[in-house]
Amino acid sequence: MLSTLLSQIVNGLVLGSLIGLIALGYTMVYGIVQLINFAHGEIFMVGAYGGLATFTYLLPTALKNQWYFALPLLLIGGAAVSVLVAVAMERLAYRPLRGAPRLAPLITALGVSVALQEAVRVFYPNATAALPFPVIFVPGTLIIPLGDGIPIRYSAMLLVVVSLVLAYALNSFVERSRMGRAMRATAQDPDVARLMGIDPDRVIVLTFALGGALAGVGGILYGGLYNTINIDMGFQNGIFAFTAAVLGGIGSIRGAVVGGLAIGLVKALGGQYLPGGTAYDYVWIFVVLIVVLVFRPQGFFGETERVRA
Amino acid sequence: MTRRRTVITAAILAGALGLTACGTNRDEAAGSGGGSSCDTSKGTLVIGMVAPLSGSLSALGLGMRNSTKLAIDQANQKCTVKGYKLDFQPEDDQATAQIAGQAATKLSSDPNVVGVVGTLNSSTAQTVAPILDAKKIVMISPANTNPTLTLGQAATTAPARPYKSYFRVATTDLVQGPFAAQYLIQKSGKKNIAVINDGKTYGAGLASTFSAEATKLGAKVVAREQVGEKDTDFSGVIAKIRPLNPDAVYYGGEYPVAGPLSAQLAGAGLNIPLMGGDGIVDKQFVALGGRVGDLATNVGAPADQLPSAAKFISDYKAANFAEQFSAYGVLTYDAANVIINGLATAVGTGTFDDSKRQALVDAVQATKLDGASGTVAFDQYGDTTNKVLTVYGVKGTDFAPIETGTFKAS
Repeated sequence: MLSTLLSQIVNGLVLGSLIGLIALGYTMVYGIVQLINFAHGEIFMVGAYGGLATFTYLLPTALKNQWYFALPLLLIGGAAVSVLVAVAMERLAYRPLRGAPRLAPLITALGVSVALQEAVRVFYPNATAALPFPVIFVPGTLIIPLGDGIPIRYSAMLLVVVSLVLAYALNSFVERSRMGRAMRATAQDPDVARLMGIDPDRVIVLTFALGGALAGVGGILYGGLYNTINIDMGFQNGIFAFTAAVLGGIGSIRGAVVGGLAIGLVKALGGQYLPGGTAYDYVWIFVVLIVVLVFRPQGFFGETERVRA
Repeated sequence: MTRRRTVITAAILAGALGLTACGTNRDEAAGSGGGSSCDTSKGTLVIGMVAPLSGSLSALGLGMRNSTKLAIDQANQKCTVKGYKLDFQPEDDQATAQIAGQAATKLSSDPNVVGVVGTLNSSTAQTVAPILDAKKIVMISPANTNPTLTLGQAATTAPARPYKSYFRVATTDLVQGPFAAQYLIQKSGKKNIAVINDGKTYGAGLASTFSAEATKLGAKVVAREQVGEKDTDFSGVIAKIRPLNPDAVYYGGEYPVAGPLSAQLAGAGLNIPLMGGDGIVDKQFVALGGRVGDLATNVGAPADQLPSAAKFISDYKAANFAEQFSAYGVLTYDAANVIINGLATAVGTGTFDDSKRQALVDAVQATKLDGASGTVAFDQYGDTTNKVLTVYGVKGTDFAPIETGTFKAS
């Protein structure tokens, strides 16, 4: 049925743009320092808790029901917490290991991921269980009258629009701005970039901060869409986002977004039409990943691995 | 300089990890509630617990911990077990079978552990029961509802008890699923029901027994779907069942999924009630998105309507616990008392050693206790003989009882 197909495509695009937003952080960090930052999912989770804290402790009660006040404030609060944690993570955990073998920062990333998750669990009030997240956008659902109807929640539209706008903005920033050029130069060759007067440390901090801000915004939009957050959300969505980054070609901004959307669509349509139904929808994501990597190991938009001196 | 920085970083990370380790694994100071007047010259015996004390199901698990602690403190005050002081050792299983297995191994390696209250989840009980049974440690669950734990793999055709030392004071899915189906179809008049479960032992079992009874009663099960226990996005499942025009959703699983699922059903324009089992009966269900009109069954009668539970409730309040006793408090309290009374019988005026473990199992098997949930007794499989269940509905911000009844097979 057409309306079911269209609803599933909508569902896939919503989930996909969230995953794409998180994947941007994976792909940027990998592009600059060749580190798979497994703790990036946790930055997304921390952003959601930062937003919730902003809502609970900072927002005056009178404004809690006014989404046009609450939403921007939450986005700023969540993104600020994420940026702070991401920059601290780079400074304390990754920078000291800059010259170390690649395995060392990778294992450190896993450690940081566990540490962040447990820190939130222990220190955020009642975070041992899932917490309700407030409504931060127009509540309700638009039902497009076609066949059985295609329901789209307003908060889901917000998520898609914000994700795509941010991805576009990031792409323009990297391709057009002076700092973006410095990022691309550092990605190509940090030593030569340094000779040209670029401070790689600054570029790397900026990369982590940008990725953190996007993940923080993602965390708030996720909370607003599902109205519940928990400390596992970073791990689960982080794995999908990492998969999306690899699928799209790690290091490529366009690839992260396309990879995210592809994963969202595979999950939604696989659950509907492929054998096993929704119980097996995760399986299809990784089947697609394997198939793509067999024929195109660098992903959709990736470049083949450069050998570096 | 670089090296020093690395050391500092490592120290900070180690500190953070260390802190969390304390946070999650710390044993609550065991019940020391004024047993000073009792003779405790023979030493200390330990009653353990395996339940989710952290994680998404901790609202239920912490209620279980407090209720057990209350029973043990009272026994220490009343000198129920002659010559011994009872200690309480709660272990966190995070609702995960593997962690529950570690907790069970830890408890079973302590020769002073005589019995264990728990677990909450049927899936964790499948790991814990064999470990404890091998050491003849009595295990009584207030919440496991999967039939195979007492009746074996062929629960409906050729029941055979797998673990002689495993008991439960909760009724099984063989009772709860059909009881829910009878209410939803005969009382609420629903005819097209979508059945969703989380794929875990408890949820899948409940969904199966519900579906079988629903079909038998003439309703149509329009869809059988499965979601992940850690999922938060259910748009795929909902888009799938939406064109089938269900008039109700039955969900086999627990409130961390059921709450958001209910909210997202409404979000997709499906304003139909969601019904579930005892795993969703908690205030958190509503906080996470459960709607007014959603239904649930729970084992036993509601605590505040049971005259026998009045004393438990007032004692629990007097003990000033930080958490509510939650859905399983009353049954947990009874489970702990069954172990304590069995221990009193088995020990008598003698001493406890490994040879007394069989006597303890036998004493528990022969239990006839006037508990907070009513009369507690076990059949030959270790299942409770009490088949009372209650249907709850969401009113305001919590579940309120709608009707209590004894299950009759249709």
